[in-house]
Amino acid sequence: MNSMERVMTALSYKEPDRVPIFLNLTITGAKELEMSIKDYFSSADNVVKGQLLMKNKYSNDMVTAFLYSAAEIEAWGGEVIFYEDGPPNSGEPFIKKIEDIFKMEIPNINNIAGLLKGLEIIKKLKKIVNEDTPIIGAVTAPFSLPVMQMGFEKYLELIYFRKDEFNQLMKINEEFCVAWANAQLEAGATAISYANPLASPTIVERDTYISTGFEVARKTIARIRGPVATNLASGIALPVMMDLIKTGTKAVAVSVKDNIDEAKRIANKKVAMIGNLDAIDMVNWDKEKTRKEVKELIKKAAPGGGFILSDNHGEIPWQVTENVLLEIAETVKEYGTYPIQVDE
Amino acid sequence: MEAINLPIKDFQTALLQIDRIKAAEMFKSIYLKAESFEPLEHLIMESLERIGVGWEEGQLSLSQVYMSGVICEELIENHKPKCESSYKKNPKIAIAVLQDHHALGKRIVYSVLKAGGYDLVDFGQGLSVEKIVEKTIEAELDILLISTLMLPSALKVKTVVESLRKNGSSVKIVAGGAPFRLDSSLWQKVNADADGKNGAHVIQIIEKFVEEGR
Repeated sequence: MNSMERVMTALSYKEPDRVPIFLNLTITGAKELEMSIKDYFSSADNVVKGQLLMKNKYSNDMVTAFLYSAAEIEAWGGEVIFYEDGPPNSGEPFIKKIEDIFKMEIPNINNIAGLLKGLEIIKKLKKIVNEDTPIIGAVTAPFSLPVMQMGFEKYLELIYFRKDEFNQLMKINEEFCVAWANAQLEAGATAISYANPLASPTIVERDTYISTGFEVARKTIARIRGPVATNLASGIALPVMMDLIKTGTKAVAVSVKDNIDEAKRIANKKVAMIGNLDAIDMVNWDKEKTRKEVKELIKKAAPGGGFILSDNHGEIPWQVTENVLLEIAETVKEYGTYPIQVDE
Repeated sequence: MEAINLPIKDFQTALLQIDRIKAAEMFKSIYLKAESFEPLEHLIMESLERIGVGWEEGQLSLSQVYMSGVICEELIENHKPKCESSYKKNPKIAIAVLQDHHALGKRIVYSVLKAGGYDLVDFGQGLSVEKIVEKTIEAELDILLISTLMLPSALKVKTVVESLRKNGSSVKIVAGGAPFRLDSSLWQKVNADADGKNGAHVIQIIEKFVEEGR
């Protein structure tokens, strides 16, 4: 099976040849090409080269055009800060006053260099991997983007007390999100990773999510013309798993803090599960620990399909070593071959 | 009023429902009956502690923790003039966000500490290692609270500690934020003196430091 066949088989709750691996390798590409993170992201060719290299080296079953979350903030006129050893991050929030929300305009994707670079990466990857490997595009959910647009504290005021401003911001964010997701799909992306950490009860309690962000997600995902996988960036998914399924998502990234057995029971044939290796703890892993974690996860989550092995955060930290990533791939090949037979 | 009679559960419910009006009514009613600030402080700290634990256990959300802290801080600020004038507590404390501009965690701990009667300085967010060290030495702090969001920033706490020690500072350093929650031994790896799991937990740590310093 090639990666596309492997992933599609797993998503349809059948058992492929082995468990598919989605290592969310973004900044690691800079390390592989021995250049700074800023230089790496400055050119589409670097990212294409990095993605293909890492796909082969770590047996990854996807390539991603995701650069960094703050790239979307650049589109809105916000600042991005680069670091030597971590993902670029958004700078000071650019919405200074809540009232400014009514003056905001939706960025035109065709005028934003950073987003055009993302589309160029997808097109170049597509020419090379064709239909053999899924190309994953990415968007930040309209409900979660305001954390970078205006800061969390101001945004909570909107969520709890300023319905008009909340609805207006969701309206323009939804338009941007749909346009950006569909542009990536048109460029050749196979599916969209929909980053919505605020949908997790770790961040926003379920009742509030249901009366605010849930409907936004349902409407937005319905307008995205391709499959969507929801990622809660380490936040727990279990208490809202059924709600996430109702948004139309085809897969859910589960947290290391979720009970994987329970998550599998609820997800069963309704939605595929992606996860849930601990990306933060992975920094401390050695070969033995890596094997133990991967084996345990395969044993619990892989039987019957419907599962893609991945980290739980959506991005492998810079500090995770090459040996750990190689060991993940080796352990999956050894113990993740179907039918699953992991000894006690 | 005995602590046992305080309506902690109802007050906690008002906080979790982000019901500022109900929380304020309960607060005022207790103050009028007790004519003292002590039960109010107990009510707030007990409620915030339970809410912090609820978040640690995955029962409550970060938004509820934050909004509860803000409401309690407002109540304290509004009632302070009517209460004892010697309300402030002693150690010199400051809080800062290292590198990142996401300040929610800092704001939560700030609110809880203010609600608990501590007068602390807010150094701000997006600060470099050098800036935090400079401000800490200049302010002659007893306790420095460092909030982080991303793993690289959390690892930089080690550089902050090293730089402060090189400069002869014996300030106690409490590190907090998502990376420290996900890796419970990370605070030791970066040579911090403690990890601040939530606002109420930070107060316990401060009380321990103060006790040790006597």
